[in-house]
Amino acid sequence: MNELPMTFPKILIHNAERFPPTKAAIREKDYGIWQSYSWQDYLDQTRDFALGLAALGFKKDDKMAIIGDNRPQLYWGMAGCQCLGGVPVPLFQDAIHKELHYIVDHSECKFALAEDQEQTDKFMVLKEEIPRLKYIIYDDPRGLQNYKHDWLIAFTDVQEMGRKFGKENPEYFMNAVNDLKPDDMSIISYTSGTTGNPKGVMLTHRKIAECSRGFLEWDNLDETENVMAYLPMAWIGDHIFSYGQALTSGFTVNCPESTSTTVHDQKEIGPTHIFAPPRIWENILTQIMIKIEDSAWIKRKAFAYFMEVAKRVEKKRIANEPVPLIDNILYKIGDFIVYGPLVDNLGMRKIKVAYTAGEAIGPEIFEFYRSLGINLKQLYGMTESTAYISMQKDGDIDSDSVGPPAPGVEIKISDEGEVLYKSPGNFTGYFKNPEATAETLEDGWLHSGDAGYMTERGHLKIIDRAKDVSKLKDGTMFAPKYIENKLKFSQYIKESVAHGMDRDFVAVFIDIDYGAVANWAERRHIGFTSYTDLAQKPPVYELIKDEILKVNKSLSEDPKLKNSQIKRYLLFHKELNPDDGEITRTRKVRRKFVAEKYGNLIEALYTPDQDSVDMEATFTYEDGRTTTMKANLKVRDVETF
Amino acid sequence: MNEKKEPILRAENISITFGGLKALDRVSLEINPGEIMAIIGPNGAGKTTMLNIINGFYKPDEGRIIFEGKERPKKMKPNLIAAQGIARTFQNLALFTGMSTLGNIMVGRTMLMHSNIFSQALYWRFSQKEEIEHRAAVERIIDFLQIENIRRTPASMLPYGLRKRVELARALAAEPKLLLLDEPMAGMNLEEKEDIARFVLDANEELGYTIALIEHDMGVVMDICDRIVVLDFGEKIAEGTPDEIKADPKVIKAYLGEAGG
Repeated sequence: MNELPMTFPKILIHNAERFPPTKAAIREKDYGIWQSYSWQDYLDQTRDFALGLAALGFKKDDKMAIIGDNRPQLYWGMAGCQCLGGVPVPLFQDAIHKELHYIVDHSECKFALAEDQEQTDKFMVLKEEIPRLKYIIYDDPRGLQNYKHDWLIAFTDVQEMGRKFGKENPEYFMNAVNDLKPDDMSIISYTSGTTGNPKGVMLTHRKIAECSRGFLEWDNLDETENVMAYLPMAWIGDHIFSYGQALTSGFTVNCPESTSTTVHDQKEIGPTHIFAPPRIWENILTQIMIKIEDSAWIKRKAFAYFMEVAKRVEKKRIANEPVPLIDNILYKIGDFIVYGPLVDNLGMRKIKVAYTAGEAIGPEIFEFYRSLGINLKQLYGMTESTAYISMQKDGDIDSDSVGPPAPGVEIKISDEGEVLYKSPGNFTGYFKNPEATAETLEDGWLHSGDAGYMTERGHLKIIDRAKDVSKLKDGTMFAPKYIENKLKFSQYIKESVAHGMDRDFVAVFIDIDYGAVANWAERRHIGFTSYTDLAQKPPVYELIKDEILKVNKSLSEDPKLKNSQIKRYLLFHKELNPDDGEITRTRKVRRKFVAEKYGNLIEALYTPDQDSVDMEATFTYEDGRTTTMKANLKVRDVETF
Repeated sequence: MNEKKEPILRAENISITFGGLKALDRVSLEINPGEIMAIIGPNGAGKTTMLNIINGFYKPDEGRIIFEGKERPKKMKPNLIAAQGIARTFQNLALFTGMSTLGNIMVGRTMLMHSNIFSQALYWRFSQKEEIEHRAAVERIIDFLQIENIRRTPASMLPYGLRKRVELARALAAEPKLLLLDEPMAGMNLEEKEDIARFVLDANEELGYTIALIEHDMGVVMDICDRIVVLDFGEKIAEGTPDEIKADPKVIKAYLGEAGG
């Protein structure tokens, strides 16, 4: 058998050879129509761009920053850069100046590929500050026609230069591609982390290719799959999914027309494979619940009734027990009138396998999707392991574990309860940060920083970040994320931060879901002017209280967690925002930061009889401007069981 | 600066009275190709009347309109004027509320379509080709104004700010030689205003449209316009670049009243 190619440029060439021109490699919806490109187009576009880069003086090991929404051009740019032995550094498109500055400077980028004017503007500022940055290449020329600089070049112009360069140097491209070794670095993926500066995770072609193939084999996925590329390109999940898996299998990647049309575009495509972090699943659920509440009572009743049926059936299915005949019949009816149309509406009817990854998902949310008949599974991975550690297998699902170790992965639990693993995807180190590398990678074992254990079924169960798990004063285990995820099942709660370390009880900050609560308030004729105003309305406090009571009820059923029921809460005056530093771009709460910034709010939660607290809030706009406002936040008690 | 170009439209000594009220009194103005010109003035100054005369809704009692070097016949119908290449938006929206965004914009192409109703109904050869061409043009406008997500939404379901944008899209769809915008930013919040201002600028710079607009937000007018004409009680009291207008005592008086009075 032929050896499978191990570098992405070779994989791409291989795809262009093995797939017919009729097979779509990547599609983009543009001017209302899906435009498709074959693997040969993908290669041609990539080659032209790569040669254009070469003409501009791009050398092996040079770095290129990539920023923007998922566009074929950006994926071609990524591949083009790799063809020359260069290393792409994808960035979060909503990152603010300070973050971009750090990463672009630290990663020593000489080139930048930006999607549009908005992103180009960010880089033009950076270029003044970082002289090393030589060229900015943009894809969408809209609004850029008045920018005249010889270091600012359109993507298509670079390709034009590449075609000319290619004619003069016909051997150049293949030489560069043959020069590339599987163990050369293929990407630096910066992780935002909940503490300190971002760290640049270095991964190689071999690791990304092997892990991508591992994922595909696990679920028997092949070149016939269709996926939507709408997650940030800077997230390792998108890199593995829309680039690694797409190239190694040859399946079709679909780029939506714009962020706001994703849902509609997904319905048109009907993807067979989805990979998304829990927040996406939470958002979809919230949207469903809003629509259901707005619908006629008969629909609401039917939905409520059949969701109960579905839940019962799913409990049996997960436990691999036979489903009683009557429920089986009811489920079939439910499928016809509720689940089927609903799943179809989400564009998920053709899903073979869906993954949630990147964060813990609330078991209720997870079960909701499964009960609809969507094969949602959990995957546990980190950027440092090329996202490849453990995942659930069909027929062996468990709502609160993340499945058995993936093939080739070894997992052990340290004496302190931390999860350690050896994965074929383990990274080579943090870029220019040997200290952090030494702390994380010891004798080939990677420290995940997560507390967890192996269940009797051989599944890995993650409790929380190891450093976040603590105890209440009475010794009860306190895992904040566990409680927060339970809260987030509510459509009205977007984020929450639980406190309780060395305290008498658990208290929470709650960040309401503005869309859902606003809709709820409108239906009840409750007027409001802003997020802050809405959050402080007494009826909204009552609404959230009911949601907390549900969580308390469920916590009270677990003897180990009975004492960690929530006793006090306050509704936050603003949404937790990565621009303000309270959460990371992948929506992980930065606990230490929150505790320092909002110390007075936490104190108010733990001061008996204090029923409100004054607050000065600072908002950061997208362009980095800030404004301050004052608010008075109410603090309320909740009953426990 | 490429000055002394032949103006695309010249209005000379325009006067019109409604009953006893002299809405415009011997007003002359020019719109040069490629510029963004603003007509400003206090309420009731005659701004909208001026636009209505330019696009032929009203016939002036006196004066003449010269469009592209040719004098306009006195009784020319508005639809013929539109066919000459003058498109406009309205202060109070005038969309077809039951139609989708796409349909509304497609209406803007009507003037440019040539096949007759029967061949359109059969969707044959020429009509088919034509329909596809026009649809592609509409899609370019949808892309330009970033309204992909509301392509299929009926206009009645859209919030105000987006309706304004759809109206602009429909005017652009006519590919006019002269685009008239009547208060394109009225009633919008700051963010929406910034968006529309950006689109107006892009339509001018990128697509090369000549634009005349009425707007009350002085900040926007000063920022995006090349030239400003100020009307007050039906008379033209000033004309010039934003900087000249800002410093003009007559304008300050019209807006702020007599100093020390």
